[in-house]
Amino acid sequence: MADDLEQFRSEVRSWLEANCPEEMRQPVRDERDVYWGGRNASFKSDAQKQWFEACRDKGYTVPEWPKEYGGAGLSPAEGKIFRQEMAAINARPPLSSFGIWMLGPALLHFGTEGQKQRFLNEIARGEIRWCQGYSEPGSGSDLVSMQTYGEDKGDHWIVNGQKIWTSYADEADWIFCLVRTDKENKYQGITFMLFDMENQGVSTKPILLISGNSPFCETFMDDVKVPKSYGEDIPAYVGEVNRGWDVAKYLLGHEREMISATGGGDRASSLGSVTSRQGELDPVLRAEMAMFDVDALSFTAMSEKFMDELKANKGHPAQPNMLKYAGTELNKRRHELLMAAGGSAALEWDSEESGGGKTARSWLRTKANSIEGGTSEVMLNVISKRILELPGG
Amino acid sequence: MPLYHDDDQAMLADSASQFMREEGAINKQLRHWRDRDCKDGFGHGLWEQFGEMGFTGMLVDEDDGGLGMGHVEAAIVLEEIGRNLTPSPFLASSVLAATALKHGSEDLRSRWLPGLIEGKSVFTVAIDEGPKHNPQRIGCKAEKSGNGFKLNGKKAFVLHGASADMMVVAARTSGSDDDTDGVTLFAVPKDTSGIEHDARRLVDSSMATHTSFDDVELDGDAVIGEVDGGREILNAMLDAGRVGAAAEGVGVARGAMDMTVDYLKQRKQFGKTIGEFQALQHRAAHLYAEVEIARAVTIKAAQLLDGGSEKAELMASVAKAKVAKAAGLAVREGVQMHGGIGMTDEYDIGLYMKRDRALQEFLGDQYYHAERVAQLSGY
Ligand SMILES: Cc1cc2nc3c(=O)[nH]c(=O)nc-3n(C[C@H](O)[C@H](O)[C@H](O)COP(=O)(O)OP(=O)(O)OC[C@H]3O[C@@H](n4cnc5c(N)ncnc54)[C@H](O)[C@@H]3O)c2cc1C
Repeated sequence: MADDLEQFRSEVRSWLEANCPEEMRQPVRDERDVYWGGRNASFKSDAQKQWFEACRDKGYTVPEWPKEYGGAGLSPAEGKIFRQEMAAINARPPLSSFGIWMLGPALLHFGTEGQKQRFLNEIARGEIRWCQGYSEPGSGSDLVSMQTYGEDKGDHWIVNGQKIWTSYADEADWIFCLVRTDKENKYQGITFMLFDMENQGVSTKPILLISGNSPFCETFMDDVKVPKSYGEDIPAYVGEVNRGWDVAKYLLGHEREMISATGGGDRASSLGSVTSRQGELDPVLRAEMAMFDVDALSFTAMSEKFMDELKANKGHPAQPNMLKYAGTELNKRRHELLMAAGGSAALEWDSEESGGGKTARSWLRTKANSIEGGTSEVMLNVISKRILELPGG
Repeated sequence: MPLYHDDDQAMLADSASQFMREEGAINKQLRHWRDRDCKDGFGHGLWEQFGEMGFTGMLVDEDDGGLGMGHVEAAIVLEEIGRNLTPSPFLASSVLAATALKHGSEDLRSRWLPGLIEGKSVFTVAIDEGPKHNPQRIGCKAEKSGNGFKLNGKKAFVLHGASADMMVVAARTSGSDDDTDGVTLFAVPKDTSGIEHDARRLVDSSMATHTSFDDVELDGDAVIGEVDGGREILNAMLDAGRVGAAAEGVGVARGAMDMTVDYLKQRKQFGKTIGEFQALQHRAAHLYAEVEIARAVTIKAAQLLDGGSEKAELMASVAKAKVAKAAGLAVREGVQMHGGIGMTDEYDIGLYMKRDRALQEFLGDQYYHAERVAQLSGY
């Protein structure tokens, strides 16, 4: 067994060596540095295209998904080795998407064979880009109060309502959307629908963020016709009608893991060593960074432990909430410190030297980490209730 | 002296508050100029109104045509500036440069102060040479040349440098970069040849320049105070500026806190107003405590400065650091408690976060000043 794994490791290593272009081993600097796929996608460079295609053909865009759904069918132990070898050469993810992080895991768990064949393959091959239609203006933390309504018309629904904060809705091809199908039943009256954003009646309006970018939108549904089926064994909803809340919650667990990992979690190097002006740091700032590194490097161990336990089906099911909370709070702190280390140069908003305000804009963007995918307060509420079993509402 | 505002100060606070709320409001000034990509980062019309209100020359001696007020009064105006995020050259011109000019010759004062008092002239200061505040190191060199000086070197983070009619420059006239002695301050007029401004927009939509001096010829009478005797004036200027920046920071903190508490009273989730959740109530109450404490130490530092106390230096650093912590907390809690809407450009809470960041950095952040507190306390 151990020998097999070592054999696997050396195979992966030489495959990466041969297939990952040098350019794809540089740190990700902006969103376009990672390929997101979709009908209207374009590659930023030849290297990006080459890297994506090599991974896609090998199933490495989603290494642990079964081969028949576009993955490489790696075991948990192999998956871990794959991630370690990717990290060792600093390889960029070949493909990023909400399909991979969110919808995919939900389909693997709840989907029909027909849905898996179609949608998982489309995701793994980067053909369809998905967005997440959960939040509404009046329903954020209290998501289950959502009102977007689908009226049953026999073989289809007519959907009306509004979603908000829909990340990349203006670039996405399809949406996985929570729609109320029973007004009498709060938890058991929501259906997890899948539909094409090109359907008549779907429109989006970008919202400008404080970072100056605009990756999220208001999404309007105005008499949108959603068929109940896309073909044999391909229903237009995941799980059962009116049981979408179970799917929604399952998916949120994965979303939270993903967000915590992009947080303070997956970095092996210390913060002090990545700031360029190490020698000149004020002593108190240096101490503050060292304290951050203590927390961040410890958190990295927690993430690893969590992943190992997850694959072995151990650990408390509500733990992703703890990781999401801790990881995102750390990431915000990290960026506060990067701003402090950068000084007045980091304040620059659009100069060439600052890469168009890279440090400042990233700092502002991280403030959303503890809001998106469920706020820190909601995470703490879940921990208190589900893990600590504290009494009360 | 009691640590609250006397009747005159309370009246000043009322009129400054009303003025900034009406004339200096976010939509009227900050967003207005930002959305027009204004190269000054503030409105000259508003600056003239500052003059009419008597703000511009409030720290200038009565003999020089000013109001002869103190740092407590300047702090009152700055707090209102902070609350409304009003962009203006007040801190750099009326606090920092005006403090330096107090030490200037009769000639210098009569050349520059009338324009300031009227709100026609804009000043700035050029101290730091790198991305972090470090006034100990002055590498810019002013060498004797004829009756005057030749200035060479580079300065960074010069607030609205390209818009300033006069810039107070800290330069070295003897010794080496890190020496305490050998520093001289110069009042450098705008169009002197050999000056180059590289203007940058900052995160809070204000402007700052990287400014370089290439054989800039200065008259001997551009010297503020004595040749080689600039360190003490520089320190006085820095203390005044730090207390001023702290006062503005208190205003930013209060503005952000007020908006947030308001939002807690309006937004409903789970069939309740979110302000009903004790998890948020305690944090709002904690924030209130921190902001009140920060405000108290800022008034204290301003009073000590006005009284010429030897503890003023220490308390200026305490105030700058404490306000940075409290205002940082206020803007972070503000965005977080607004949820998704806090991340949008449409809402003002993010603007408070941006302004706070720039203010934190100006004249030393909390880490710099905590270190200074340790040093001044002898450990
Ligand atoms: C960058 C970004 C991307 C996003 N992308 C998507 C997306 O793709 N799809 C999607 O559907 N949504 C998305 N969201 C929305 C996100 O899930 C919501 O913003 C989030 O759930 C919070 O909801 P809200 O904004 O309505 O805040 P609210 O729920 O109104 O919360 C306001 C404040 O009250 C606090 N609060 C609420 N209830 C409690 C309580 N019971 N106890 C204590 N405190 C409480 C919150 O923690 C928060 O601090 C995104 C958000 C952001 C910022």
